[in-house]
Amino acid sequence: MTDYTSENYIQENYALATSPSLRRRHAKEARFKWYGRIAIMIAFGFLVLMFSTIIFRGAGAFQQTNIALDVNFSEQVIDPSGERNPQALASANYKPLLTAALSKTFPEITARNDKRHLYKLLSSGAVFELGQLVSDDPSLIGTNQTIWLTASSEVDLFMKGKIDANLDETLRRISNKDISYIQALQKNGHIKKKFNSAFFTNGDSREPEMAGILGAALGSFFSLLVCFAIAFPLGIMTAVYLEEYAKKSKLTDLIEVNINNLAAVPSIVFGLLGLSIFLGVFHIPRSTPLVGGMVLALMTLPTIIIAARASLRSVPNTIREAAYGLGASKTQATFHHVVPLAMPGMLTGTILGMAQALGETAPLLMIGMVAFIVDIPHGVTDAATSLPVQIFLWADSPEKGFVERTSAAIIVLLAFLILMNLLAVFLRKKLERRW
Amino acid sequence: MGIVMDMKIKTEAAVKPPIMSAKNVDVSYGKKQAIDNVSLDIPENQITALIGPSGCGKSTFLRCFNRMNDTISTCKTTGEIRFAGQDIYDKKVDVVALRARIGMVFQKANPFPKSIFDNVAYGPRIHDLAENKDHLKDIVITSLKRAGLYDEVSDRLDESGTGLSGGQQQRLCIARAIAVDPQVILMDEPCSALDPIATAVIEDLMEQMKEKYTIVIVTHSMAQAARISQKTAFFHLGKLVEYGETDKIFTNPTDPRTQNYISGKIG
Repeated sequence: MTDYTSENYIQENYALATSPSLRRRHAKEARFKWYGRIAIMIAFGFLVLMFSTIIFRGAGAFQQTNIALDVNFSEQVIDPSGERNPQALASANYKPLLTAALSKTFPEITARNDKRHLYKLLSSGAVFELGQLVSDDPSLIGTNQTIWLTASSEVDLFMKGKIDANLDETLRRISNKDISYIQALQKNGHIKKKFNSAFFTNGDSREPEMAGILGAALGSFFSLLVCFAIAFPLGIMTAVYLEEYAKKSKLTDLIEVNINNLAAVPSIVFGLLGLSIFLGVFHIPRSTPLVGGMVLALMTLPTIIIAARASLRSVPNTIREAAYGLGASKTQATFHHVVPLAMPGMLTGTILGMAQALGETAPLLMIGMVAFIVDIPHGVTDAATSLPVQIFLWADSPEKGFVERTSAAIIVLLAFLILMNLLAVFLRKKLERRW
Repeated sequence: MGIVMDMKIKTEAAVKPPIMSAKNVDVSYGKKQAIDNVSLDIPENQITALIGPSGCGKSTFLRCFNRMNDTISTCKTTGEIRFAGQDIYDKKVDVVALRARIGMVFQKANPFPKSIFDNVAYGPRIHDLAENKDHLKDIVITSLKRAGLYDEVSDRLDESGTGLSGGQQQRLCIARAIAVDPQVILMDEPCSALDPIATAVIEDLMEQMKEKYTIVIVTHSMAQAARISQKTAFFHLGKLVEYGETDKIFTNPTDPRTQNYISGKIG
């Protein structure tokens, strides 16, 4: 009989205590866990670094320095004929109103040179702001109003502390005199940072303080609309045909290999294709979201097809058999059962493909969506640019005021991306059915 | 149309011609032959059991009866299978119509991820069997009652069919097959994933169903075949070894291989 009480026996055959080899295994496990944690921490650290840099740099662009002036809307200057024609009012000469208002605020300044400095406190777009105000509301004519007008980029940067006043005067973009004017305005509370609504309602501009993101955002939106309208139905139909209908043959193998290869083709190649086919052969108007969307659709198509096929393949075969067993035709089985079940995966793939298209710059450069476009596009055939191209253009601009606008545009782009991903999650949750 | 009561006058089973008959059927997957020259008659309003060890081809043979093997591209079927006198592999036969006449219940319960009502209503809907909404509801309720499921789900017809228990799901699949009003119901190991109680419920159900339908069932369980079937076919390595009255197969088999299988020596 085995003597279970013998200490020797327990140690040899029933030992529950750890041994050196077990300890090595545990250590290995712990090490691997830590490798994973460290990798995640590094990745997360970079993410935080990226986001904090962008937000830190771009946050300033959501505020804009404004200067309050008492403007006398003299009828003699802006509408001598008294016709109140809105077009004429918008394009009238408002400069005299500004000079008069500035002289009223700084009556002590008379020297010509000093006056020129004084005018430069305001953005060169301020006259258009007045024009817009008057043409929207002609009853202003003949009255005195306190109006907040956009300050110039230099004043804005100084107010945000981005110009060091202790620097030598010759090395900074703002003179000691300008600073003294700003301080005088500050004393009366006539200079203030306000929410920069112009950034969200304006198109591009040469002046950083007047430049806005709306034109580029709408350009991106229209491009994606065209891209979705083309790529989604084409991609889904291709995937459904290849996965559910096509008999496996050398030809389908070839098509499959080519679709996979297309997904890896550099995007600029699609831009070249768009340039030579869409613009060169079909003469679709260049620089428009229409042609941009078509090029992006070509680029997104393989991604959508691959994602859609994978999600069709993941629908269990028992569902198809159940439908066939009841006498459903192939098309009924496919569109009543298989496609609805694959839809969440298809939509996720599509939205991820679209998100990739949203961030794409290279193919758009080839078809002229890189131009300096001030007007806000109202449809798919208006010349437009896109968010990433706008970021690229602003990053390329020498004016210091564009630095924060570049980061702000990146924030807008990221917000777009996050919204699209949230939409993907929402759709997946809503459409998902378990079996 | 709709569910019309079986008005056929019952004559003696021996005189009645078989509802389905297979003659010299060969099935191959690529180069591998799965069924080798099988001929077999299925009598009407009876339960015919196909038994045999795993991989003997009994499921493949069952799937020939509603041409389910057509969906597998490498599968090739030759020979002749007749349903009510018509060759079902004839070019003129519409496979959709065939599958409406010959329903199928699968090994793994596969309800659609839709409501219980929609699961049963799907067949009548695609075949335009219901004249209006009330008629459709009628068909669904009758089918659920025939499948012995109605009392358990009558208050939650709009809930998902996938939320039911395994045995209930399988009965839902039977109700779904019945709703199309077929003549023959093929069952591919319908109880293999169920516990003994759920199995007993389904066996009772089949007993009642054979009044109206012809049932062909593939089963692993010899006990089940002995309990429920009137005819039994024993398959081995793609060949039909023995076919006859269930009583005779289980008490007095002629072939030694059948003898060995039912006594547990092979399989």
